[in-house]
Formats: sequence, C-alpha cells, structure tokens
Amino acid sequence: MSERSERTTGRSGFKNHHILSVLVQNRPGVLARVAGLFARRDYNIFSLAVAPAEDENFSRITIVVDVESVTVEQIVKQLFKLIEVVKISELDPRHSVERELLMATVRTSVPASKGEKSTENNRGQVVELVNIFEGKILAVGVDAITVSLEGHPDKLDDFEELLNGYGIVELQRTGRVALPKLDREARLRVVKGKAG
Amino acid sequence: MTKSNYKRETITGAQALIRSLEHEGVEVMFGLPGGCILPAYDPLLDSSIRHILVRHEQGAGHMAEGYAHVTGRPGVAMVTSGPAATNMVTPLCDAYMDSIPMVCITGQVPTTAIGTDAFQECDTVGITRSVTKHNELVMRAQDLPLAVRQSFHIATTGRPGPTLIDVPKDVLQAPMEWYWPSDDEVADSLPGYRPTVKGHTRMIKEAAKVILASERPIIYAGGGILKARAAEALRELVELTQIHVVTTLMARGAFPDDHPLCLGMPGMHGNATAVTSMQKADLLITLGARFDDRITGRVNSFAPEAKIIHVDIDPAEQGKVRRPDVPIVGDCKHVIVELIKAIKDLQEGGTEQADIGVWKSRISGWQEQFPLAYEQSEPGEALKPQFCLEQLRDAAPEGTILVSGVGQHQMWSSQYWKFNEPYTWVNSGGLGTMGFSVPAAIGAKVGRPDRTVWAVDGDGCFQMTAQELVTASVERIPIKVAILNNSYLGMVRQWQEMFYDERYSEVYLSPELPNFVGWAEAMGCVGIRVDSPEEVAPAIDKANSIDDRPVVVDFRVDAREKVFPMVPAGFGNDDLVLPAWQQATRASLA
Repeated sequence: MSERSERTTGRSGFKNHHILSVLVQNRPGVLARVAGLFARRDYNIFSLAVAPAEDENFSRITIVVDVESVTVEQIVKQLFKLIEVVKISELDPRHSVERELLMATVRTSVPASKGEKSTENNRGQVVELVNIFEGKILAVGVDAITVSLEGHPDKLDDFEELLNGYGIVELQRTGRVALPKLDREARLRVVKGKAG
Repeated sequence: MTKSNYKRETITGAQALIRSLEHEGVEVMFGLPGGCILPAYDPLLDSSIRHILVRHEQGAGHMAEGYAHVTGRPGVAMVTSGPAATNMVTPLCDAYMDSIPMVCITGQVPTTAIGTDAFQECDTVGITRSVTKHNELVMRAQDLPLAVRQSFHIATTGRPGPTLIDVPKDVLQAPMEWYWPSDDEVADSLPGYRPTVKGHTRMIKEAAKVILASERPIIYAGGGILKARAAEALRELVELTQIHVVTTLMARGAFPDDHPLCLGMPGMHGNATAVTSMQKADLLITLGARFDDRITGRVNSFAPEAKIIHVDIDPAEQGKVRRPDVPIVGDCKHVIVELIKAIKDLQEGGTEQADIGVWKSRISGWQEQFPLAYEQSEPGEALKPQFCLEQLRDAAPEGTILVSGVGQHQMWSSQYWKFNEPYTWVNSGGLGTMGFSVPAAIGAKVGRPDRTVWAVDGDGCFQMTAQELVTASVERIPIKVAILNNSYLGMVRQWQEMFYDERYSEVYLSPELPNFVGWAEAMGCVGIRVDSPEEVAPAIDKANSIDDRPVVVDFRVDAREKVFPMVPAGFGNDDLVLPAWQQATRASLA
C-alpha cells in the first residue's frame, strides 16, 4: 500500500484514481488470490474493502488503485483470469456513489505530568469540528476523544487534515466502497470477456 | 451422466479420487507415495491407470509435462504433502509459463491438523497459487469428483495450464456417495470461467483486410498454434497468402522447417533472417504468441514499423507488451479457419493482395547471406556440439521426438534440428528449467511409445535430474540421452566471456566427475563416451539400435563454442551479434 502522503492532489481526488468493483465467488482463499495477483504483478492497491454481496454465494470487493489507464486494463484482464472472479466493473467516480468510514482518536490536551493540571484543552474545538462535519463522538477521555465520520472519501480527507492539527493518536479508515449511481446517466462499465 | 444414473454406492474419498481420474480418461500417472497420500495409493492397485514411480517428485511433474506436450492430453502427477508438494512447485511453474495442461494431486495432513504445523504439513494451495491456473483444497470427500472434473476442465480449456488438488488424508479415508458430475454441473460450479473460443467476426474481417494490404508481412507463430491443434490451419493460411512464417521456441514444428516459407526461430538466438524479417516487417500476424522478452529484445525498438494483428485465447496477452492494431481473442485454430474464409471472401470480391515480391526477395537475400553456421573443427580438435546435433538429426528415425534441457544445447537443438512435424519438440521455454529434459523425455516416451525419443542435455542440466533414468530403466522406458558435455555451465560461461571480460565465475564443472558412462550403467542404461568426430556416427547408430533400455551418450564437446546469432540482453534486435565471419557483412541486414 502506498504512503498516505502520495495519495491526493487536492479536492479533485486521486491522481489516476480507479475504482474496481469485483464480484467473486465467496470461497476460501479468494481474497488471497486477488491480493496475491496484485503483489505478483506489482500493482499497487490503495484500499480494499470486501464483504458478502446480495447473494451470499458471492462477495463484492471494492479495490481502489492509483495507476494509469493502460495498467488498469491489464489489471482487469489479469483479475478475470482468476477462476473465482465472476464480474468486474470499473466505476466512474462521476457516476457512482462512494462511501467510507473513518475513526480517529484525537489528542485534546497535553497529558498532565504528576500533580499538575493538563494544559491547552482543545476538546471544544474538536467537538465543534465533529459537529460541523456531522460526525459522531464515540468516546471521551481526559486528554483524548474518539470520533467517527462516514461520508464521501474526499470529505473524510478534509476532516482528517483538520484533525491532524490537533494530533491524531490513532486512525482507521475502512477504504472506500462504491456502487453505481441510480441516475439515468449511470454508466456502469462492465468489462466484457472472460479470460481463458 | 447425472447423479440419478447411479445406484447409491458408498465408497471412500480415495476410491472416488481414483475412479474420477479413470472417468477423466487418465491412462498413466507419475508419482511417489508418502504419508498423507497413502490412502489414494491403495485403490490405485485395482485401477486401470498405470502409475510410474519416480525417484524425485520434480521428475513426476516434468514427466507429466512431457506426456502432455506430445499427446495434447493432460499429464497427471500425484505426490504426498509437505516436501513432495514443494518439490512440485518447479514443474507447476514450468507448466504455467508454457501453458501445459497438467493436473497435480497432493496429499495434505488431516483436516483436524491443518494449521498446526503438523509433520509434513505445508500450505500447498498458498505456495502453488501463483504457479497454477487454479488450485483447490478439498475439505469434503463428497466434493472430490466435482473437484477432479473442474481441475481437468480448467487445465485443458481456454489457455491450458496446470491445476492442483490438495486432499487431506482424512478426506481420502472418509465415506462418500459416488456420483459423476455432468458438464452442466461443472459449468454451473464455475460461473466465472467462460473462455472465449470464437474470434470477433468484425476483427477477423479487419485482419483479413490488413493482411491483403501489407507489403512486408510476417506470420509470427507461437506455442498457441500447437495448443490449439492449429498446424494444419496455419499451413493453409500460409499457402493461401504465401507469407513467410517464423516459429518461436515454443512453436518449433508448428510449421514444417522444410517448407520454403519457413524462416525458423526468431529471438535472442534466432537466425538472422527470422530476427531481421520481424524487425523490418510492416505487419506481424501474431498467432498464439506473447511477445516474450526473448523474442522482442528491447521492446521499444522491436519491429518499429509493424502493425500488429494479435490472436490469443488469453485476453490478458492483448496489449500486455505491445499494443495490437487488430486484437482477436479466441482459439487459434478457430480464428485461423475464419481468417482464411475472410481472406477468400475479400479476394472473391475483387480485393487483390498487395505485391509482396520485393519483400520476399529481400528475405531470400538474407537467407543466402546469413545462413546458420558454425566453424567445423580441424582434425584433432575438440568436437563441435553443432556437429553432434547435425549427426543426431540426420540419423534420427522418422518422427523422432526431441526433448531438451535449458541452455546452449537447447538453443543449438532448436537451431540445427529440422522440425517437420508438430509435437516433436519438447522443451522448457518460459521458465527455463535446467534438468527438464530427462524426466520430460520419459513422459514423452510414455505418451508416444511408438516414437524414438532423444533427450539432448547439457552436463549441468543432466546432473539435476539424472536419477530419473533409474525410473526409465525399471519401468522399461527406453529413452536416449545425448549429453553435450563441455564441463561448463555453458550459457553462463558464454555470457561471462562476452559481457564480463572473460571473468569466469563458478561455471566450471569437473571434466572428470561424474563418470557419465559409469553413472549411466549404474542406473541400468547403456553408457557411451564420444571424444572425436569419427566416433559420433557409430555411437548414434548404436544408440538408435538399442530399444530395451535407456542409452546415455556423453559427447565431449568444445567448451569455447558459443551460440550465435545473439541479441545481447537489454539490446534491440537490430544489434544482433553474428558469428565473427558474418559480422563483416552485417550491414546488408539493414
């Protein structure tokens, strides 16, 4: 996985950002096959989310890759060669809905040394930020607070950047999940042709 | 056949496994038993399947490959868990690289012990995942027939390749109710596997147009021609269009070398005409080939003016190395047959083929000026390996199958043999597995017992897998082995001589040890040593006359001999290095 710092080019989102929605047979080892393929062919996974699909015999894997279009074409073809891969769609960000969940523990004050009161309490500011973003407060401690935010990954990027100013102690993001948009413009590009 | 056609019959997983192999038409398998696979070896005693007991599991894998190469049927290998499975990794990878249909069955520790680091446990499906087309750990005896059918189906259809079934010992011992899945059941169980066989009609028509318009076309025939059993169709296409053909290392024999339009092997050690005609072409009609780095040299200077028609059953090969102008995904035979029709349709509609006369005379000019050649040794000098090969070739009975290892002897074999029939050349192309030839030759001879099978090997390669000659002797599989023995790892020596200022590092093998004749005899073979040119023909005649045991001929050859032409690694094909005496006139290749 790439370094976080390489990731964004501002609000427009990812550089060479491609979202692949991969429907696979829900069988042991299938995630290892997909991940192994990326490692073997030197393709970089930015994020990956996997869970059973609408039919429990299948799982949907949402993979975000940061590569050139030519490489995406090759990745898709190589993925198709995996026997358990049933369908691959490249989701155009303009015609899909994307969501991600972020959880972060943020420092609200410098921990107190023995016998002294902690200084510089930022809890109020962090809570305000969470409210502006319509996030949630999950837990509150003396010197830190754990918050969550669900939304478009770009929104999460902004939130994360702002929280960073206070000091993020721990962070976990789920990686994006996506589905095609239900508007009349929806263009779900199903890549045709199954490999031999 | 469906489940209902059978009476309820309860048998063990092991019996179901062997019966499934019989139902798949398996006549012979190669293997070596051990702890976890033991239950499967019991019903084998009562089976119609011939089992060939190897001396090392790698041998079983290469034998299965050799068998598959010459018969077109999947080779089957069965071994136990742990070290046996890891010994199988090389043949699996070899088969994967060269698209050889092969099914491997490995034993596994009992399901209850999986993950506990049990004795002879290893993560076989994990280890072999990237060297198989598909693999499967079967956790229930009831699933075995379906797993076997899936494995054979996947191994032999689409782009062929190796598959592996890993079976825990308790699954082999457990009872199951026998059934044999129908074709539909197999297809339904693999919803993500639908190989494209039929080429796109519009693309085929486009290809026909491009072919007729080309003034400097070359047919670039790869191993896919052989996999698709498309040699006849290729010949028809060539005769219709009169376009010259290059046959890659994996396609030797796919188009006869004695045909006037055959240019032989292109690539790093290809002949000057085959290499140059690809470089100068305005169209490469690529049939079942994959623009391997050994063919293209430096990719950005490969065939710079050529349009590309690319026919391949594997969509991932389209555009992987070189972007095709006309991509056609499909089975080579099917596509070529349709292409011939499309060309004839165009011709009947009045489209004439462009004049390729000038191009063909340029090609003939190169052929005359740059024949494949070597300097014959003077009396008293060391034997030339090429001379040995020419003698072997000229004395070979009709239909002889040639199997090689990897290195100089492999390149000389491909260069100097005349392959006039498909499926008479077996070698390790993609992976370049030293030690391939002896076991692969045994597998080939098992598959085609009616044919003479010569393994051409190097002394380095031979020492990697020679123990399988014991298997050959015991099982009465009379192969013949020609060791081109230069006491060196010859190809590495050649690179060190040419690119490392003759600084020879760890390439010298002892000329005294082993005693190859003594070793051959110890393994039940006839051993013959040849030191001088006049001994060559009699030794070959003697070897050809022996048919009741394997023969090993130890040809002591000149270590200084190098393989030419050669495109140095990292260079473009225009930088082809010719033998010294041709180098002066190389400007005429421009």
